Amino acid sequence: MDEHILLENVNKSFPKNNRSETVTLEDVSLSIKRGEFISLLGPSGCGKSTLLNIIAGLEKETSGKVLVNGNPITGPGNDRIVVFQESGLFPWMTVLENVMYGLLIKKVPKEEAKERAMVWLQKVHLGKFADRSPHELSGGMKQRVAIARALVMDPEILLMDEPFAALDEQTRMVLHQELETLWRETGKTIIFVTHNIREALVLSDRVVLMKTRPGGIKNIFPVQAARPRNSSDSILNYLENRILSELEQEMEKVLKEELGSDYALKKDRVYIDPHNNLGSDI
Amino acid sequence: MILIIIWEVISKLQLFPAFMWPPLFIPNEQGGVTILKTFIDGIVSGQLLEATGASLLRLVIGFVIAVAIGLLLGFLIYKFKIVDDTLGFFVASLQAIPNIVWLPLAILWFGLGVGSVLFIVILGAAISVTITSSAAFKGVNPLLIRVAKTMGSSGWHLFRTVIFKASVPQLIAGLRIAWALTWRAVLAGELLGGGGDGLGTLLDLGRSIQAMDLIFSIMIIIGIIGSLIDNFVFVRLEKFVFRKWGISTT
Ligand SMILES: Nc1ncnc2c1ncn2[C@@H]1O[C@H](COP(=O)(O)OP(=O)(O)OP(=O)(O)O)[C@@H](O)[C@H]1O
Ligand SMILES: [Mg+2]
Repeated sequence: MDEHILLENVNKSFPKNNRSETVTLEDVSLSIKRGEFISLLGPSGCGKSTLLNIIAGLEKETSGKVLVNGNPITGPGNDRIVVFQESGLFPWMTVLENVMYGLLIKKVPKEEAKERAMVWLQKVHLGKFADRSPHELSGGMKQRVAIARALVMDPEILLMDEPFAALDEQTRMVLHQELETLWRETGKTIIFVTHNIREALVLSDRVVLMKTRPGGIKNIFPVQAARPRNSSDSILNYLENRILSELEQEMEKVLKEELGSDYALKKDRVYIDPHNNLGSDI
Repeated sequence: MILIIIWEVISKLQLFPAFMWPPLFIPNEQGGVTILKTFIDGIVSGQLLEATGASLLRLVIGFVIAVAIGLLLGFLIYKFKIVDDTLGFFVASLQAIPNIVWLPLAILWFGLGVGSVLFIVILGAAISVTITSSAAFKGVNPLLIRVAKTMGSSGWHLFRTVIFKASVPQLIAGLRIAWALTWRAVLAGELLGGGGDGLGTLLDLGRSIQAMDLIFSIMIIIGIIGSLIDNFVFVRLEKFVFRKWGISTT
């Protein structure tokens, strides 16, 4: 097995005030193969973004081991590119300049950078908007620019933090296919954060279900359904129900803590839609 | 317009002697003074223009140096926590002192004249720019910094391409304030400390020869220059930057 990313007993806490600190991740161990597509699923605040940031080198683990290709992470590197939860486009640049930004840092000649950026803008159907300012775009369009900006870098590892959450269903489906094709053709290792169980199941080799307070891994589900995935596949349905019931347990735990004794009163009113943004509203 | 008429009427009623309340346009006696006449004479003879030029030159020099110092200190405060804890605190307390208060000290150090005027001009504006720029750099959205870092930016490149750029709207607003401070400081400094040949010195001259018409002419020039620069340079610049950066002003 060709191991690409290895997390061993990773802990992360943030200082809360002078004396105490919040434990965000506790004892996370995970081994990710080269070319694997992994999804992170879990209630809001369980540390998915934090875990992604640690692998990206943007955040330092408090203790534990984080290895990429066998080497400890010392900081960000353009073998690992993040698509963030919010688009984070630079408002003073045009859409095209935003997509070219990373290429120019990599010393790609300007003309070539422009061409490569245009190719990706067209893939996310925004070729016509190349010369616009980010503030002239809708939220979903901005997110697509952010995706193009990451993919144009052609990194070995793609870290995607709910990249499609803000998109409409059609665009999301198109991008699912694009992403799967890209992944199959390039053999990238992808870590994909989502609230959407279906999305996780359709895309991933393994779904990592996370728990909260403290954050960590609750369970890992290998998805052995044939590709290209068919959303009526019985394996997917079976897994969906299992993940859903575990997630419900986890959410109940959160609600109990949050509401205390009011919990019994509110229980009947909690409605969970498995296809949409599980837990994002907590 | 009404103000102008009231002004003329009061002047015609001769409630005050003409040197205290000179008419704007119509002389009270044949060949008497009017503010308009002094204004035009002053410009034609070059006396007012020269003084304006001298003050403007001081203004521009002082402003440029102050902005350079302010940006540098702002950067150091942003970059190094130790500088923030020491210099940052010091600068914040200095800001509470109106800059004209420094004039006596400046005169002791540099003597009466241009040196002292420039000193207080630069001091006041540099402090203001230091504070606004360090606050702007610190206030940059951390998401933008993360994006730049994941794309491989770091160090000076990160500052130049993202932190500085993201701060531009606040920096422009800060420069506008610094500019107004500088203009005030130039005139106050010249008026009190004597800058040789500027508008402030001319004002002081007007006071000593009791030439109200001269004083008013100078005040008009000061007002016009102040608002011209504010409207044509800073308001426009601000509008342009806000539009480009996608910040809505409404
Ligand atoms: N810079 C920080 N300082 C302090 N606490 C932080 C910081 N970043 C994250 N946390 C805390 O860590 C926990 C996990 O945050 P994180 O953003 O990783 O959650 P998440 O799983 O991505 O949630 P969501 O699904 O809402 O995006 C939260 O409780 C949050 O308050
Ligand atoms: Mg998150």
